Amino acid sequence: MNIAFYLSGLVAVLATLGVVTNTNPVHALLYLIVSLISVALVFFALGAPFAGALEVIVYAGAIMVLFVFVVMMLNLGHEGAAQERLWLRPRVWLGPAVLSAVLLVTLIATLWSGDDGRMIAGQTLTAKAVGSLLFGPWLLIVELAAMLLLAALVTASHVGRVPGPTPLESGDTQPRQHTQPRKEGA
Amino acid sequence: MSWLSASLIASLLAMLQAGVILLGVVLLGAVLTIVERRLLGLWQDRYGPNRVGTFGSLQLIADMIKIFFKEDWIPPFADRALFVLAPAIAMASLLLSFMIIPITPGWGVADFNIGLLFFLAMAGINVYAVLFGGWSSGNKYALLGAMRASAQTLSYEVFMGLSLMGVVAMAGTFNMREIVNAQQGLWFVVPQFFGFATFLIAGIAVTHRHPFDQPEAEQELADGYHIEYSSMKFGMFFIGEYVGMALISALIVTLFFGGWHGPWLPPIVWFALKTGALLVLFILLRASLPRPRYDRVMSFGWKFCLPLTLINLLMTGALILLADPL
Repeated sequence: MNIAFYLSGLVAVLATLGVVTNTNPVHALLYLIVSLISVALVFFALGAPFAGALEVIVYAGAIMVLFVFVVMMLNLGHEGAAQERLWLRPRVWLGPAVLSAVLLVTLIATLWSGDDGRMIAGQTLTAKAVGSLLFGPWLLIVELAAMLLLAALVTASHVGRVPGPTPLESGDTQPRQHTQPRKEGA
Repeated sequence: MSWLSASLIASLLAMLQAGVILLGVVLLGAVLTIVERRLLGLWQDRYGPNRVGTFGSLQLIADMIKIFFKEDWIPPFADRALFVLAPAIAMASLLLSFMIIPITPGWGVADFNIGLLFFLAMAGINVYAVLFGGWSSGNKYALLGAMRASAQTLSYEVFMGLSLMGVVAMAGTFNMREIVNAQQGLWFVVPQFFGFATFLIAGIAVTHRHPFDQPEAEQELADGYHIEYSSMKFGMFFIGEYVGMALISALIVTLFFGGWHGPWLPPIVWFALKTGALLVLFILLRASLPRPRYDRVMSFGWKFCLPLTLINLLMTGALILLADPL
């Protein structure tokens, strides 16, 4: 399992570098998908198959589809690539890179001195264990997240509300579309 | 012969088994293309392909020769890397999903404890085949097809996962073998009928089969996302669709129709019979249903199927707790 962990970790790091340095947005998104899948493999290697599967389903399978969708619609073309290349000059990325390197050194030093973080072993966590943990001690946080999502859903449906009949829906024969404009007039 | 230990023989046998299943699935996908055309012909009062060999039995070989020897053309305006990658994703993600399907008590490739989630993950990856194929072609029709595909995906993926959770709650596991064994007394299609109905709809949408084939609507989009593909790259999309059909049928059999269980006949025959019946249902749907507009597909998914699966899951949970209080 150690080899699987290190290999997929290496792929994750390289793919994430590819996301940052690539000038074509769709290719960068492809690297991001590869990165997410290799993070899922890291979870598998650590003995958390449920978290790994969810990583692929939720992040690679659902959220990234939205990203790809938006980028495809924008159709950036060559001007976008040129703009990206302009942003990739050393003057722009040197400062953040140095700061991140300091963080990396701190992380490595912490891992080096302590002996808890160095272990890549552990027992397999099943879906049942994750579920009883989420709905046991962490129930309050799950409920809070549910409230947040509900609020986001209500907001989205309010913002995306269509006031009258749109050209797409004008063919429908449901009475709701026809009564709505009258209500607004009154 | 000290190196020929028992564990080595076991792993070699497992590899051989996996190879046989892989070959069988690909061949099934190829044969299905011809079976579908013959059956469509039968249902629409015409002949279908019946010229090559007796009753058109050699049509498959003629098609294979044609598709292998066509010019493999990549348009100059296409994004080469993604253009080549897309058909590989289309085929590989669906073929990999076959890994989790237990065909008989002794046959099956992998026995994951997250089996069902693996399928959902692969179905999520499969979407990129259409998206990347459509975008990298550099063609407006292909892009429109890919756009429809992603809009459609977002609307069915949520309720596809939810429709299966009733089965998972009843069996108490994600493992496919244990789900099959939990159906010894009663097939899950009876207590989980709404789960079955919604999963069938979502399954058709996963494979982009009629009536959910807006991404490749011939009449409006002239074939949608794979319009620029030729030769075996097109063949991968084409066979991939039939592999997807076989996958969804096998999954429905495993999850809702008791897998290999059945009286008198051996397990493999039961599995094949049930899967074959569902495959014919897929083809019959294509022969008989018109294609809805894709915004209506989306609103059907969100406003009807999603609430239905949620209610189904709630009722299932309530009944399980009623029957067996903690």
